[in-house]
Amino acid sequence: MAVAADVPKESFRLSMLIYDTRYRSITIQVVVLLLFGLFLAWLLNNTAQNLAIRGKQFNFTFLWQRAGYDIGQQLIPYTNDSTHFRALLVGLLNTLVVAIFGCVFATILGVVVGVLRLSKNWLVGRLMTVYVEMFRNVPLLLWILLSYVILSETTFEPKDFRVTDEMTAAGGAPAASMILFDTVAVTNRGTNVPAPLFNQHLGTLDLGPLSLNLTFLAYLVVIGGSVWVNRRVVAAARATQETTGVRPVTWWKSILILFAPVIALSLALGLHLEVPALKGFNFQGGILVAHSFTALLIALTLYTAAFIAEIVRSGIMAVSHGQSEAAFALGLRPGRTMSLIILPQALRVIIPPLISQFLNLTKNTSLGLAVSYLDLKGTLGGITLNQTGRELECMLLMMLIYLTISLSISVAMNAYNNSVQIKAR
Amino acid sequence: MAQTSQTDFVRTRMVPPAPPPSGEAGVVKWARENLFSGWFNSILTVAGVLAIWWLLSAMLPWWLNGVWVADSLGQCREIVAAQAGEGASGACWAMVRERWHQFLFGFFPRAEWWRPILAFGLLFAALAPVLFAGQPRRLAILLGGVAAFLLVTLWLAGAPGAVWVFAVVLMAGLSALAQRRPGLLLVFTALYAVFVFWLLWGGSIWSPVSTLLGFALLAAVYRAAVGAVGSSVAAGLGIVAAAVWWLRLGGPVLSIPAGVLDFSLVPVASDQFGGFLLAITIGVTAISCSLPIGILLALGRKSDLLVVKGLSVGFIEFIRGVPLITLLFTASLLLQYFLPPNTNFDIILRVIILVTLFQAAYLAEVIRGGLAALPSGQYEAADALGLDYWRAQRLIILPQALKVSIPGIVSSFIGLFKDTVLVAFVGLYDPLKGVTGIVRSDIDWKGIYWEPYIFVGAIFFVICFGMSRYSMYLERKLKTDHH
Amino acid sequence: MAEAAMKVTDEVAVQITGMNKWYGTFHVLRDIDMTVYKGERIVICGPSGSGKSTLIRCINRLEEHQQGQIVVDGTELTNDLKNIDKVRSEVGMVFQHFNLFPHLTILENCTLAPIWVRKIPKKEAEETAMHFLHKVKIPEQALKYPGQLSGGQQQRVAIARSLCMKPRIMLFDEPTSALDPEMIKEVLDTMIELAQEGMTMLCVTHEMGFAQAVANRVIFMDQGQIVEQNEPKEFFNNPKSDRTKLFLSQILGH
Repeated sequence: MAVAADVPKESFRLSMLIYDTRYRSITIQVVVLLLFGLFLAWLLNNTAQNLAIRGKQFNFTFLWQRAGYDIGQQLIPYTNDSTHFRALLVGLLNTLVVAIFGCVFATILGVVVGVLRLSKNWLVGRLMTVYVEMFRNVPLLLWILLSYVILSETTFEPKDFRVTDEMTAAGGAPAASMILFDTVAVTNRGTNVPAPLFNQHLGTLDLGPLSLNLTFLAYLVVIGGSVWVNRRVVAAARATQETTGVRPVTWWKSILILFAPVIALSLALGLHLEVPALKGFNFQGGILVAHSFTALLIALTLYTAAFIAEIVRSGIMAVSHGQSEAAFALGLRPGRTMSLIILPQALRVIIPPLISQFLNLTKNTSLGLAVSYLDLKGTLGGITLNQTGRELECMLLMMLIYLTISLSISVAMNAYNNSVQIKAR
Repeated sequence: MAQTSQTDFVRTRMVPPAPPPSGEAGVVKWARENLFSGWFNSILTVAGVLAIWWLLSAMLPWWLNGVWVADSLGQCREIVAAQAGEGASGACWAMVRERWHQFLFGFFPRAEWWRPILAFGLLFAALAPVLFAGQPRRLAILLGGVAAFLLVTLWLAGAPGAVWVFAVVLMAGLSALAQRRPGLLLVFTALYAVFVFWLLWGGSIWSPVSTLLGFALLAAVYRAAVGAVGSSVAAGLGIVAAAVWWLRLGGPVLSIPAGVLDFSLVPVASDQFGGFLLAITIGVTAISCSLPIGILLALGRKSDLLVVKGLSVGFIEFIRGVPLITLLFTASLLLQYFLPPNTNFDIILRVIILVTLFQAAYLAEVIRGGLAALPSGQYEAADALGLDYWRAQRLIILPQALKVSIPGIVSSFIGLFKDTVLVAFVGLYDPLKGVTGIVRSDIDWKGIYWEPYIFVGAIFFVICFGMSRYSMYLERKLKTDHH
Repeated sequence: MAEAAMKVTDEVAVQITGMNKWYGTFHVLRDIDMTVYKGERIVICGPSGSGKSTLIRCINRLEEHQQGQIVVDGTELTNDLKNIDKVRSEVGMVFQHFNLFPHLTILENCTLAPIWVRKIPKKEAEETAMHFLHKVKIPEQALKYPGQLSGGQQQRVAIARSLCMKPRIMLFDEPTSALDPEMIKEVLDTMIELAQEGMTMLCVTHEMGFAQAVANRVIFMDQGQIVEQNEPKEFFNNPKSDRTKLFLSQILGH
């Protein structure tokens, strides 16, 4: 590349575009860009022609038309008179809610299984290996379908829960009964769980299109405040340790600070559970969780947890044996060795693949289609698409939304990765 | 020094090894160390035993009461009730006995079953030189296994005698080749890649021949031009020549010999494909096509050329950012917008293309990891040897990078193979949702769920678990190769 | 050499009697009897697999022994966690592969155990750490991470890290065998200095020069047993057992 200063200026020849290292890379890039542009133009041209043939337009006005279909699970108010855009939001929230619950449960289960696989207990270690291999080597769709079928085909009808006078007289029991201290009923129509209700409502705050639930906000504020105070307490404990060498005991303070305000708020607002009860032919009260949601959540959790378990296991194994030996030799107890030496190092190995598992789980929520769970794919990419016939717009918008979710997760991941990278030469 | 007299010591008689004291060996010690070391461990053991007991007591009677011969689920239940008493549970394997062929072949005509069987068996013969390169013993075992499998299954499937003889001769030839010139087995692999589609879909033999001639043309043009214009331009010219042949020249030219001599198989339409035949067809094709594309994308992502790098990154991140389902729907709904009006091609092919692109993006990331793991000295050494970019990549960089990324590549293959069931969403009959759906909607088998899912799940498990074990074997082997 | 500082006392530091250890059914350590006095500098050598590393790893209970008795500074090593903690906080150990904590700075490596085990205020712990980092001659690296240091520097940090716990006994498990030749000297110099200050040291090493310079006793092990021990001069010039002769000829003879 380096050209000496005294070299006489060469006259430019066409062949230099290919053979001269100075021009070669530019030539290649221009050619690639041209080819790509041509390809893109070809696609756009085809699309325009096809749209014209079908007499369709390309715009997103349909999003503000009446949707006209119902969605079983809705986290924000929605009726079939709402717009397609509103349906999209409901679907997006349904995607996110199953993804968030799935990530939390899968992480908990995965960490437990991963640690148990490393445990010295031979039997439990083997059992966990069987679990991990079984779930990793069979398609996720199977677990979704199987959970759904079991939930909806092996459970009883609501009427089977009824206790009739004849039964009491004869000392018999109904075919089915509620579980968890008679608060949860799993029927073939869904799972009835208790609903949290308040005696006092703080009302809602209307901000134009958005309406904020003040009760919800109050909880957020109280929890945020408790967490902040707790961090102060822990920081104070660390400061005491640094000056005196002795770390004050803080766990009971933490528990008090984290839980007492929330409990107090709940008591003040009169929080109580509305337990579902059999009235007539169906359960009334409480919340009816659709089997599609439960099945999807169970399957995603079990499937992803198997992968997370492997990540956790290999992360902990990646920290060399010498690290814990060195810590032991310095007199650290196993618990402290884990929290000060092993975990900080293992987490650096674990977190990047863990987040990509979260990403996979989020994308896999789209398999809810198999059990008619109305997530983003079900609303925007399903019913809206079929009703309006706007394949191009719906698909592009849906891909864009998924892409946004994925990219924001990976941006966060990269930022984290850069911040914890162990320094080496 | 004070302890000189004490310091001085010489052992005159060596201590022979002694057995460990009792309680330090054997079952008791093993159990104490592995099951009951500490109270927490003991609780775990008890919990584990309880879990196993609970699972077995729920499952064992169901397995043991399984019924193999019955016409419907209702009949199964009657038989179980008659044998094991009222209220007993029992598996109804009679469904598998009656419908296994749909799980394996979909609606592939019964008389033509020998074709997927032959394709499946020969798949391993074609893979053999790739899987066990340089290990004649394992190669021989694998080829022998394939031969035995083909002889039995082809006979069971009622294949025409000529096919049976053909399989015998072919396998004998391949085995002989494996012992004499194992390198030539790769020629069979290449031929297999071209002819297997003809074997499955049927039609005139001249269409795979045309495909083959196109590739030959590509290679010839590349060879001729590479000296004059460099490898990338030569490859471009080759591809143009092959495309011209496939799209314009091939048909008319080959219609001449086809008029004289034609040999064709009964055509099978794509909607007759289903079950594991479909899953394996899509999986294997996408896996083999995605590897080269994935390599190119990984190299593109590492390239110094900004445009190439930008396009590769954009493609990879786009594909990895959206669920596979949306890409499959793109294949079934959107491709008709992007292609010239009135182009309409096979849905399986469309799905394969999208799945291949999907897989390539994931592979690119895996291979990028392998490339990043290489010490920079390797690149410098390649430069110092005066190799051009493509030669350096092919001879020095890629072989090492691919070796490092094998575990990642295989686990991404496993992921792809499991994902093939998603083609159910675009109306194809995958084994899991498609075929099971058909079986479960049959009035005879309505309400059956454990049996089909266990059957399909077990087959998936065997294939995926096998792949992951093979990758572990390869990892071990590569490790020992180096040290 | 500062002979006065290198005086050996009559006080017992480590007493091992009739100790046996098995890995499964493999008999690694056989009938070990050994007394280490305060201020002694013992070099343990022997062919690989002779059990020498296992022996010193038993002294701070990184390995469990199955028979016999190990008493360290008056504390017997049993399953009692209190005893193990006590012994470990009094016995420092330096490993072949340094085993520094890569996620902590050099200073944090040195203050971790004093803060969490000895419950020393952070400031004081940092002062002690800087003192020992000065001693091993790398105070300027205190805020770097282990990965940024050379092997020799890392091993010196590892020595400083152990010293920060103010141990009475130091164990060295082949401290120089993972180092490049040019870095061995800087580590040996540090160890020699430590010996001259009267530290009780047990050192598994093949550095015979080091043994001749500072050791007051050399122990030769083979097949899990102590085959010969003597003061260095006698040991090297006049080995008694055939196994010792063979070993010395292999290690010095090339």
